[in-house]
Amino acid sequence: MLRIFKKILTVGVVTERFKAPKDDELEQLGIAIKSHIDKRFSGSIAIRQVDAGSCNGCELEIHALNNPFYDIERFGIHFVASPRHADVLLVTGPVSRHMQTALLRTYEATPNPKWVVAAGDCAACGGEFGVSYASCGAVSNVIPVDVTIPGCPPTPLALMKGLLGLMAAK
Amino acid sequence: MRSSSWTADFLNQLSTGFTVTQIDIPSITLWQIESDAWQRFAELAVQQNLRWAAGWAEQVQDRFLINACFEKQGKYVLLRTIIDVSNPELPSQATVYPAANRSERHTQDMFGIKFVGHPDNRPWTRHQAWIESQYPLRKDFPVQGTPVGITPPDMHYPFIKSHGAGTYEIPVGPVHAGIIEPGHFRFQAVGELILNLEERLGYVHKGIEKIAEGREPESLARLAGRVSGDTTVGHCWAACMAMEQAAGLTIPARAALIRGILAERERIANHMGDIGAICNDVAFVFAQMQFTRLRELWLRTNATVFGHRLLMDRIVPGGVACDLSDESCAQIKKEVVKLREELNEVILALDLNSSLEDRLYTAGFLSEETAAAFGTVGYVGRASGQDRDVRRDAPYAPYDQVTVKVALENQGDIASRLWVRHKEIRASLRLIEKFIDRLAAGDIRAEWQMPVADTEGLGIVDGWRGEIITYVRFDSDNKIARFYPRDPSQLNWPALEKLVLNNIVPDFPVCNKSLNGSYSGNDL
Repeated sequence: MLRIFKKILTVGVVTERFKAPKDDELEQLGIAIKSHIDKRFSGSIAIRQVDAGSCNGCELEIHALNNPFYDIERFGIHFVASPRHADVLLVTGPVSRHMQTALLRTYEATPNPKWVVAAGDCAACGGEFGVSYASCGAVSNVIPVDVTIPGCPPTPLALMKGLLGLMAAK
Repeated sequence: MRSSSWTADFLNQLSTGFTVTQIDIPSITLWQIESDAWQRFAELAVQQNLRWAAGWAEQVQDRFLINACFEKQGKYVLLRTIIDVSNPELPSQATVYPAANRSERHTQDMFGIKFVGHPDNRPWTRHQAWIESQYPLRKDFPVQGTPVGITPPDMHYPFIKSHGAGTYEIPVGPVHAGIIEPGHFRFQAVGELILNLEERLGYVHKGIEKIAEGREPESLARLAGRVSGDTTVGHCWAACMAMEQAAGLTIPARAALIRGILAERERIANHMGDIGAICNDVAFVFAQMQFTRLRELWLRTNATVFGHRLLMDRIVPGGVACDLSDESCAQIKKEVVKLREELNEVILALDLNSSLEDRLYTAGFLSEETAAAFGTVGYVGRASGQDRDVRRDAPYAPYDQVTVKVALENQGDIASRLWVRHKEIRASLRLIEKFIDRLAAGDIRAEWQMPVADTEGLGIVDGWRGEIITYVRFDSDNKIARFYPRDPSQLNWPALEKLVLNNIVPDFPVCNKSLNGSYSGNDL
């Protein structure tokens, strides 16, 4: 037990500071935000992540949002286990045809008002996989999308900026 | 380290009752047999302890080429038979090799080839995105297919049922509670005890094999790097190795060493993530926080030194896309020393923790016999006594210049799979140092030579999850005719169904994480 405490104390707090992104910064990162989260919601959003056909690269970087450097929960952003608890769906991957119904049902199960973030090149435009007999391509081909965050995969920083941008009520 | 003389003995044994044609392809030992002997070959092979490693088919004009890859003592043999498109049938090898089961079902779904006597001919990769009488990998199937508006769910897959007082069924997925890939798990349970588990994968089938057709080498390397995002270096390397074999290209020594550094960095990053996540699944958050921190630092070095956090597209046909400066080498070596120090502290804290011991030891047990029967590879196999590693057994540059120490455990439980990962991190750190020491000035990329039409290549590398086998055939004009990547997960997923038995349902997440199969790499 002492070892654990010693390690925790010697490492200290590694969490980094972030400012809410400005518009030009979002533009630079290629992040497009069509609508912002309603003021009444901003300050706390619950996210259900849906892998609709990704290669798992985006998931690795989404995971990183919870590491001590980014610690996204301090901004009131947390990941929930069910779409029924969610305000935002964070969708990755080209939507594989085998996941199309599952994604639609997840979307339907999310209570209104809801927002959809398409994260990664595949989710944004189909990426390396595009549209085929097995893939519907971009997420917007299946459900309405409010924010797109490009990147293959998007860095945790880009994901963070995109989500904070979505929350910044105008 | 081992002799590879078994092929000659085995051929002698086969000579009675078999017509085996040996075909010379550079770097591949190819044996061609009659299709009706397909199963008999497997029966003899299993007696001689050959491991079934991969299986795939392809269409060449009006014939199907059916391939199976076998391995023993680090020597790989490609077995092939040719059948006519008009009569696509041959005896199943899955009756002999359980490892071939899902692979043959995949081939059945994608080509409409019937494996006679197959113990389980339910569909595997196909859900409802195309109809049963269509086969996406046949040449007359258009890449766009004929999709209907919304692909319906696959409602009628006949899962195994259990009966009796107190038994019940738990469906899980495809959308899971965590940030993970989609797949369906069907549990039969009594109380909390798991009686049976069936996996239903295929949800992230993206048509990778089909959309690979017609690509040029660079483009195929990019696609291969996205077969499974966490294994981008491994898959990209295997695909490039296969293409380079076909083109008769040798990559520069410096490029091989940099590939080795990239692959070991990928292994370490993933193992660190896994160790943290396994501990997190038994609510030991300290480890999760420490390992995600160490992983983040590691990935940031990837970004500054190699230009990509996950190292995507760093390996290209003919070599690598990024060079290493002397400063970068010094930075990496410093980081290796630092990580060792950190591990000394964190791992010691884990090792002495009784709550971890309580949850991880004996849980998720996979016996040596089961691991061997399914041909499990990588850390899953190595934790159950399967002493296999391509880097040592069939070394390729740069591993042929160093001694690769293979991490082994034989308890077969979750703790073993965790400790194998830890040992592998240590071994990889040493490899990175050795590779950096061997770096000499030179090119990092050989000029691409267009391969002759119809040439084939078989790339076999040890990815962080284990052995990856990638097959490539070129068409004319530098275009890909067939690409098949066999992710290690394809061999490891069936082991999960076995290792969860008699565990409790709440321990499934940690059992699953200890195996950490790739859904994307499996579904293709």
